[in-house]
Amino acid sequence: MYPGLRDKCKRVTVNQKGKQMLKSIYQSAKKNITVLLLLLPALLICLPVVLIITGSVMDSIELKQYLYPVFNGGEEFIRWKLMPDYPTFEHYGRLLFMTPSFFVLFWNSVGMVVCILAGQMIVGVPAAWAFAVYRVRGSRILFALYVVLMLLPFQVTMLSSYLVLDRLALMNTHLAIILPAVFSTFPIFLSYGGFRAIPMQLLEAARIDGAGEFRIFVKIGLPLGKSGLLSAIVLGFLEYWNLMEQPLAFLEDKALWPLSLYLPEISWMQAGFAMCASLFTLIPAAFVFVLGQDYLEQGIIYSGLKE
Amino acid sequence: MKYNGAFALFLLPSLAGVMLFVLLPFLDVMKRSLQTAVTGEFMGLKNYDVIFHNQAFLLAVQNTIRFTLVCIPLLVLAGLLVAFPLSSLKDAGLIKSVYLFPLAMPTATIVLVWKMVFYRQGFLNLFLTRVGEATGRWGPVMTDYLGTEASFWVLVASYLWKNTGYTVVLWLAGILAIPNELLEAARVDGAGRLKSIRYIILPNLKGSFYTIVILSFLNSFKIYREAYLVAGSYPQEDIYLLQHLFNNWFVNMEFDKMAAAAVCVGVVLFGAIMLLQRLWDKTE
Repeated sequence: MYPGLRDKCKRVTVNQKGKQMLKSIYQSAKKNITVLLLLLPALLICLPVVLIITGSVMDSIELKQYLYPVFNGGEEFIRWKLMPDYPTFEHYGRLLFMTPSFFVLFWNSVGMVVCILAGQMIVGVPAAWAFAVYRVRGSRILFALYVVLMLLPFQVTMLSSYLVLDRLALMNTHLAIILPAVFSTFPIFLSYGGFRAIPMQLLEAARIDGAGEFRIFVKIGLPLGKSGLLSAIVLGFLEYWNLMEQPLAFLEDKALWPLSLYLPEISWMQAGFAMCASLFTLIPAAFVFVLGQDYLEQGIIYSGLKE
Repeated sequence: MKYNGAFALFLLPSLAGVMLFVLLPFLDVMKRSLQTAVTGEFMGLKNYDVIFHNQAFLLAVQNTIRFTLVCIPLLVLAGLLVAFPLSSLKDAGLIKSVYLFPLAMPTATIVLVWKMVFYRQGFLNLFLTRVGEATGRWGPVMTDYLGTEASFWVLVASYLWKNTGYTVVLWLAGILAIPNELLEAARVDGAGRLKSIRYIILPNLKGSFYTIVILSFLNSFKIYREAYLVAGSYPQEDIYLLQHLFNNWFVNMEFDKMAAAAVCVGVVLFGAIMLLQRLWDKTE
């Protein structure tokens, strides 16, 4: 054997290895750049949260200093510090222990959202099942009607809702918000998406085994269509936690308002307090978002499904 | 036809509610659109004539149309631009969450931040001024974004901020549903990344496209929340939307105009939705 050959072989493999390494470095660099490019706007998206959190632990005097130019004109700009000079929990204390009205509105929101979602499940889920499973005459036209109703904005149906609520003497009560929302057709559309994924043969088999239609719905439909229902709940929660148009129009008494309308009532002079309240408005929504993100995505996909 | 009974029973509660709360009262609204607000006298099409000569209505319609026409293409495009690179990443979960998060943020939470950013001495002007100083291109920027026609673009920005994640998820679902064999075959035939996007991916996304347009449209009406919280019932005139107008009519109890406008907007939307669904059906 030539003494040099082994060396040569080694060099070749090293060369190849080097090339492979270069290639993999190039690929991972490309991937990292994509990640970076995608993350940059993403970070911008999260900036408001950072501002709110830092502002909520900032001393009132410090905060007033930073925000002073914004309310009082002049040539100076707003300033900010990510790490406050005088961190404090005074706003938290004030909000949680000295502001009972905040809790009234908080529980108003919770109560309305829970009632709406429960009502939607009771009324909407069977309807979604009806559309998904039974193809009878007229069902398609009805479903198209439901889709159109889902897409109509609140302002178009505002007067009609008012006319009914007024006739039923429900104006200025929580029911004025809850009842129309219960009959919203959006959750039906989402649950429908979940039910459509169930194979029809399964239902046929159950029928042959002698199960009644209601039993099939409870024993097969609900467990297997769960993802559609959960999507409807997650998307619904985020929507109704943020409710504004309806209470603004139908609730005169401010003690009945949901939390989403509380913040604008706070003046600029209490910015720290407002940020703290903002944060507490955000927490339940963020909680549901983190827990239900998979269903949220699923729900968005269902919302885009064609029959 | 043996399932007629079951269908009816399952649907009944919902249908009854929809009838009572939406359909029947809407018929009433149609009737009212032909009457005077207080006495209920029959007026013919007078109310329609009035709103179509009403400055506020025309302004609101114009602004709403402008907003929709600017926002929806931008949103569709922005979603696509994020979804493409995301689709080729294996662990896109975190990035997707970050884009989706604004959807969960209550409007009330961010209004304060919006003011801090867009007021005359806010963060945006601070940033632009610093950039100007650093490059020497321009002096201090002192635009009042909420009081001038720039307010329109503030609304556009907050709409994009809020809804890009929603669109990204829909696009991603569409892209990932394209069978891999199709892309593989194209690659074997020598198509590069750009060519396979042009000839395979985009044509396959037509269905997603219509859905995204419809849902973006639905969400575009919710921008009223931001507009109302930042600027109140009578904002700068470039962002005076139909939603403001309906609300103000409601507060002033001008139900005759409201009824006529609700019928008009309802009919237009109904037509638009039907048209889009037609197009949608054709792509299948």
